[in-house]
Amino acid sequence: MTRHELTRFPLIKALLKNRWPQLAVYAALLAGFIFAIFAGFVGSPVGNHNFSIVFVWIAWWAMLILAAVPFFGRGWCAVCPIPLPGEWLQRGAILELAPTGKGVSLGRRWPNPLRNIWMQNISFTLVALFSSVILTMPLITAVVLSAMFFLAIGSSMVFERRAFCRYLCPVGGFIGLYSQIAPLELRVKTTRACASCKEKPCYHGSEAGYGCPWQVFPGGLQKNSYCGLCMECLRTCPVDNIAVNLRPFSSDLATPTKRLDEAFKAFIMVGAALIYAGVLLGPWGALKDAAYRIGSGVWFAYVGVFLSVLFVLMPSLYALAVKAGMLLAKTSSAVRPAFAAMSAALVPLGLMFWVAFSLGFVFTNATYILAALSDPLGWGWNLFGTANIPWQPLFTGLLAPLQTLVLIAGMLWSAETAQKVASAAGVRPLPVIIYCLLATLVMLGLLL
Amino acid sequence: MKSAMIFRLLMLAGGLALALLPSFAQAAPPVERVFRIEASSFAYKPGQIQLNLGDRVTLELVSMDVVHGLYLDGYDLSLTADPGQTARLTFVADRAGSFRFRCNVTCGAMHPFMIGKLTVGPNHSFTLAAGLTISAIAIFLLIHPRRASQ
Ligand code: SF4
Ligand code: SF4
Ligand code: SF4
Ligand SMILES: [Cu+2]
Repeated sequence: MTRHELTRFPLIKALLKNRWPQLAVYAALLAGFIFAIFAGFVGSPVGNHNFSIVFVWIAWWAMLILAAVPFFGRGWCAVCPIPLPGEWLQRGAILELAPTGKGVSLGRRWPNPLRNIWMQNISFTLVALFSSVILTMPLITAVVLSAMFFLAIGSSMVFERRAFCRYLCPVGGFIGLYSQIAPLELRVKTTRACASCKEKPCYHGSEAGYGCPWQVFPGGLQKNSYCGLCMECLRTCPVDNIAVNLRPFSSDLATPTKRLDEAFKAFIMVGAALIYAGVLLGPWGALKDAAYRIGSGVWFAYVGVFLSVLFVLMPSLYALAVKAGMLLAKTSSAVRPAFAAMSAALVPLGLMFWVAFSLGFVFTNATYILAALSDPLGWGWNLFGTANIPWQPLFTGLLAPLQTLVLIAGMLWSAETAQKVASAAGVRPLPVIIYCLLATLVMLGLLL
Repeated sequence: MKSAMIFRLLMLAGGLALALLPSFAQAAPPVERVFRIEASSFAYKPGQIQLNLGDRVTLELVSMDVVHGLYLDGYDLSLTADPGQTARLTFVADRAGSFRFRCNVTCGAMHPFMIGKLTVGPNHSFTLAAGLTISAIAIFLLIHPRRASQ
């Protein structure tokens, strides 16, 4: 497989290694993040006239799912402002390197039973269940953003490194899942150099930088999921053994997961995209009502259906498809490892579902971005003269063809992935491919 | 082996048929139609409208609570109805496929998701997309039969 080392270029390397460019982006995004919380609390309660909704759920979301995740993997996490205050407190420093012991964290180890992404699966599902109000009401968005902010600070105060990012963040879970697809990776150049490296400053830290905040040993990196691309190891490695590479798409899926928490992440994401497409973008008023009237009987019914689809229906049908594939291949090993491995096929499928779903509301609501830029709090300001730009859906004629293309690409990509991982998993991929095809047809039916 | 091949070819044929045949379907003759759509936060009733290509349609939008509107994707048409009032819009349904219509007046929290669906002719957007998806996967399996059956 061909890889091109980007850090070979001195300019790129210098930009990544230096702390200043990163700090500048951090500062800007942290300001934006705090402003979003502020706007949510004090600005107009009308979502489409409030910075918090428009910039978080339209602008940031579009950037994240249409560009950052597919092309840069955890690129967003490299600049994300949420864990910064906690991390700065934990280190006792913002820019310069602090002598160890200056920070104010208890530095506990994250408990072993929670060293997986089940908590992230749960936190994402919770956000998803309340999405109709989170996505539309500035106050609720502000509450959710603040909760993430303080949870991140709290985690840094009690635990070592970035516990929030690794184990709690609802966004971080799916970014990690889909970062396997990105044509970008951070890896060591040779594992031989690491074997003879005694101090392992990339993990433990040194005068040159901090030990991996994401609790990853770069020398052992096999996939993108848990490397936050923070570039500390690029700074600390004494023998210049860290590289940022351009690589073929979805390289990480060649070695699929063995873990059920990661496999379920894939189901949760595919299922949530299907349900959102039906509820939020579909023509069924009763469904919207059920999703919106939180606490009512219909809402609990909605929650029941939501959870059953994500955690029971989709995984059990998939297990049946995997089992059928095993029967076809005449293998008689356990279903569970094959099920986990074959969940790789759902990674490109799910990402493309999310792209298709997001196209469905990003372009129709994009004009709100310009208006909210001039009037971020919905108070009648007109900072840049764009406050009164009328709402106008963009590219509505292109929407259906684009969504179709995206979903066909996702289908083919997942079929290819299924074929790639099938023989190692001891299954024939056809039943899984048919499952992905049926899911794609349902998604098309909901969107078109 | 042979049956697998036949299965894939049948799948391809089925996909292509689904993608292409609806365009040759005998269209019903165009007629005049009037639809009354009740808009209330945050839904249209009916939420789905079915037309034939060439129909001359009048949409009567009645707002049941606050001000609502309707913007029709693909046709770039819009109208607004004040509470208790009826707004009318007449147009010729000369584009086949399915089109979303959405509220164009901010009417509350779920406003951006106040969406209905207008289908002109058989749902061409869907049959074409589904047919292409099935054909694409059939072609894929024909090209990579080895890997699929190893
Ligand atoms: S895991 Fe979450 S909080 Fe952490 S950097 Fe990524 S998006 Fe930000
Ligand atoms: S510091 Fe460099 S050489 Fe040493 S273990 Fe880390 S990546 Fe490998
Ligand atoms: S230190 Fe290196 S391995 Fe760890 S998160 Fe940062 S970039 Fe990734
Ligand atoms: Cu509205």
